[in-house]
Amino acid sequence: MTPDHRALRDLVLVGHGMVGQRFLAAFTAQPAARGWRITVLAEEPWPAYDRVHLSALFDGRTAEDLSLCPPGFLAEHGIDLRLGDPVTAIDRAGRTVTTRSGAELRYDALVLATGSVPFVPPVPGKDAPGCHVYRTIEDVDAIRAGAEEARTGVVVGGGLLGLEAAGALRAGGLTTHVVEFAPRLMAVQVDDGGGAVLRRKIEDLGVTVHTSAGASGVVTGEDGQVTGLALSDGRELAADLVVFSAGVRARDQLARDCDLPVGAHGGVVVDEHCRTADPAVLAIGECAQAADGRVYGLVAPGYQMAETAARTLAELPGEGFTGADTSTRLKLLGVDVASFGDPHGTAEGALDVLYSDSRGGVYRKLVIGPDGALLGGVLVGDTDAYGTLRPLAVAGKPLTVPAEQLVLPAGFANAGPVALPDGAVLCSCHNVTQGAVRAAVRDQGCDSVAAVRKCTRAGTGCGSCVKMLGTVVTEELEAAGVSTDKGLCEHFAHTRAELYEIVRVTGIDSFSDLLDRHGSGEGCEVCKPTVASILASLGNGHILDGEQGALQDSNDHFLANLQRNGSYSVVPRVPGGEITPEGLIAIGEIARDHGLYTKLTGGQRIDMFGATVDELPVIWRKLVDAGFESGHAYGKSLRTVKSCVGETWCRYGVQDSTTLAIELELRYRGLRSPHKLKSAVSGCARECAEAQSKDFGIIATSAGWNLYVGGNGGMTPRHADLLAADLDRETLIRTIDRFLMFYIRTADRLERTSVWLERLEGGLDHLRAVVLDDSLGIAAELDDLMARHIGGYQDEWAETLADPDRMRRFSSFVNAPGTPDPAVTFVPERGQIRPARPGEAGRSLTALTGPNAPVLIAGARLEVLTP
Amino acid sequence: MTVQTRDVHDVRDVRDVGIHDVQIHDGTRWHAVCTLDDLQPGRGRAVLLEDARQVAVFVDRAGTLYAVDNLDPFSGAQVLSRGLLGSRGDRPTLASPMYKQVFDLTDGRCLDDETAPDGSPAVLKIWPVRLAGSVAGGAK
Repeated sequence: MTPDHRALRDLVLVGHGMVGQRFLAAFTAQPAARGWRITVLAEEPWPAYDRVHLSALFDGRTAEDLSLCPPGFLAEHGIDLRLGDPVTAIDRAGRTVTTRSGAELRYDALVLATGSVPFVPPVPGKDAPGCHVYRTIEDVDAIRAGAEEARTGVVVGGGLLGLEAAGALRAGGLTTHVVEFAPRLMAVQVDDGGGAVLRRKIEDLGVTVHTSAGASGVVTGEDGQVTGLALSDGRELAADLVVFSAGVRARDQLARDCDLPVGAHGGVVVDEHCRTADPAVLAIGECAQAADGRVYGLVAPGYQMAETAARTLAELPGEGFTGADTSTRLKLLGVDVASFGDPHGTAEGALDVLYSDSRGGVYRKLVIGPDGALLGGVLVGDTDAYGTLRPLAVAGKPLTVPAEQLVLPAGFANAGPVALPDGAVLCSCHNVTQGAVRAAVRDQGCDSVAAVRKCTRAGTGCGSCVKMLGTVVTEELEAAGVSTDKGLCEHFAHTRAELYEIVRVTGIDSFSDLLDRHGSGEGCEVCKPTVASILASLGNGHILDGEQGALQDSNDHFLANLQRNGSYSVVPRVPGGEITPEGLIAIGEIARDHGLYTKLTGGQRIDMFGATVDELPVIWRKLVDAGFESGHAYGKSLRTVKSCVGETWCRYGVQDSTTLAIELELRYRGLRSPHKLKSAVSGCARECAEAQSKDFGIIATSAGWNLYVGGNGGMTPRHADLLAADLDRETLIRTIDRFLMFYIRTADRLERTSVWLERLEGGLDHLRAVVLDDSLGIAAELDDLMARHIGGYQDEWAETLADPDRMRRFSSFVNAPGTPDPAVTFVPERGQIRPARPGEAGRSLTALTGPNAPVLIAGARLEVLTP
Repeated sequence: MTVQTRDVHDVRDVRDVGIHDVQIHDGTRWHAVCTLDDLQPGRGRAVLLEDARQVAVFVDRAGTLYAVDNLDPFSGAQVLSRGLLGSRGDRPTLASPMYKQVFDLTDGRCLDDETAPDGSPAVLKIWPVRLAGSVAGGAK
């Protein structure tokens, strides 16, 4: 039935947090949703955002980055979202709600998704200036503002949220203490052994941990400001800032006020379909007490409740929500922690299998039932096995390998592949089973992890299951007989990375040699430029020399960029975007004399368009004489290192970003890579250089430089990931050296760093281990390759101009040297030229070239016609 | 303000034939267009005829000569001489430098797309080409 045939019913959602947004997404995906008019009443001034990753705001992310509400989503579904106008009362008899602004709205169905509030222990002084909680973007803003003045911060609460908050304070540069009432950190998730390893690792980071101690009062100075925290054991910690992060309480006051039943420990009581005692009112997420009597404070169960409520309202059958797996895997202060199933072994007859390496900071405990089934476990320091173990524990099946094999480090373990049952949930954020992933590959034609993510949404939540997804997808593809052919093209069965290794190890220095020994046929437009790039990356001389010249794509072949009418554009290097007035004048004069169209690029330099191949050497002779060199705009190589003016000029800058950008651009200029490389350096967290959209971006901090990698603009934008923080200049450069060389060594053809990083097994952690800790033992090799590149760098254009053999290619016609291409024609537009379109009467631009050509006095000109 | 123009000249005459001369046939007569040394194996050069037609001439690693239209039917630009030679199966091929369509050098047909954007068949004219004194390519 379409909406036209009956009146729309009114659905009011109270709260637009993560679970509320998930409910909207799930409900609007149902055809039945078209019969409803949806209004969302939210207290916060922001549409739903990712509260789980709130600490990212300390790494330079913005509130917009955390948004969970896709642009256009609300408009597409006609949802009326009212921010900053929370519900203050519910009239169940009249089926209306009243908001803070006084609006009264009727509802046919009401969904409560009000979440929870931080629990602040009732200690004296808890409201003093300098005391904070950690739940919203505004809380983070307040903590950041406070942290600017403060030197020492104390977090009350050593659980998951408390450690998140501690990480945030530490990121803000504060001396940080954590006070935990229980005898260990993360008492809910880990056991004493895991807690001890966790504590040691966190203390290694400079955070002081006080366990078995509660807060007994906030100490304030004469001005009322926080000066310290009194502990229950009689001690007092000096502090300028206190963050209470000791758990949360369900926000159920609205329900209490309208006499809906709530649980003994809070939370609106709901059944397995998320209905409250009033069938017109549903409740989901942290404000609800689920059918199993528990109030879940994790996002995954909240999402499951959101999906359940959407089905309930759409009147679809479903099992409902009867309880959830509270397994968690997270990284707190850089320490990996996971707990799954029954981590404390509460079941009768349960036994522990334990591996603990205090020195290495690794702790693994598995809880095994009397029948040999895995019941749960705790992992600290290394959680790689989580993806395999958690589904096994949830499925409750007996293990197929000895349990001790699963806790031993890789070198000792000899465990074969662990077979998971199809019912095992791989992605707990979206509740996707292994069977569903296999079915997506088998029946729905998904042939990659990316396709499976799109189709099933598995792996699109916290992302911890992506590695496991990859294994399952590959297994299923292989089972279906799909050969996952990774060969470059029909001439080489190798990937680009494999060819790179072949060239590097064998020292083969020509395409013919490589083709004869490792390939077949004549080559093609795919393998030729790829091999040319590999040869160049490994330092095999000028890219136009000998056979190499015959392999290059048209752009590299002419050291310029081919444009749509067959003309070329020219971009000299302007390192860091810094250019003298003389430089600007030189470029301006050359462009004027040759009648070239000029435009500023996004990489802070100047592009000159409209040159024929004959003109390129003439233009470059002048550019080289004026002190310019190739900008490599034509190559799969470093483009630019963009920068802001930094602390030298800017009132807000904290480091000299321009000098660093110039140094980096000169260091990596000419480096051939699988695809183009872009970079930027920002002088402060305001990020004016947009470094987080670059392959490698650097943002200044007061303590050094933060290095971001894998960013991208373009068609599929990706925010870069923070690889390392607060690096000194030397470490920063060494880390970038290794990052680039590792990328060049392992990436596929035309694979930008963003895609490469997504694909890289082990992801960012693996990359970090390779470039910072030398986990593969190749750092010296990578350093050496970079040193060779830097030592061997020469300006391709200056070298080309000096060699008559290389210069021969720069004529439009082999039988008429010096004659420019008459097919390349232009028309005037806005005082410059543009290529003539089909049917337009364009004219040639003729700047005479060649050794015998007359000296050009005035530039080529087009008549600028006025209509 | 005016555009400086220059007449097409310098086109070598057939009378200059030497042993290394590469010649193409325009339907009327053979033209010597360059020497074999002017061509780099795997790459091409453009040739300008007196009637302003453009031809792309190539030599592969084995020394076989090819000549096709220089006009790329997909971009409408005279750029095919800047493409890369290669092979697909047993067929010698040329890839356009503009949008990378691949053409079969034995019959000129595009292997990736049968028609150009304007709806016409995407087929390159094959020009007879030879080394002076010998006949290579499609010459009869």
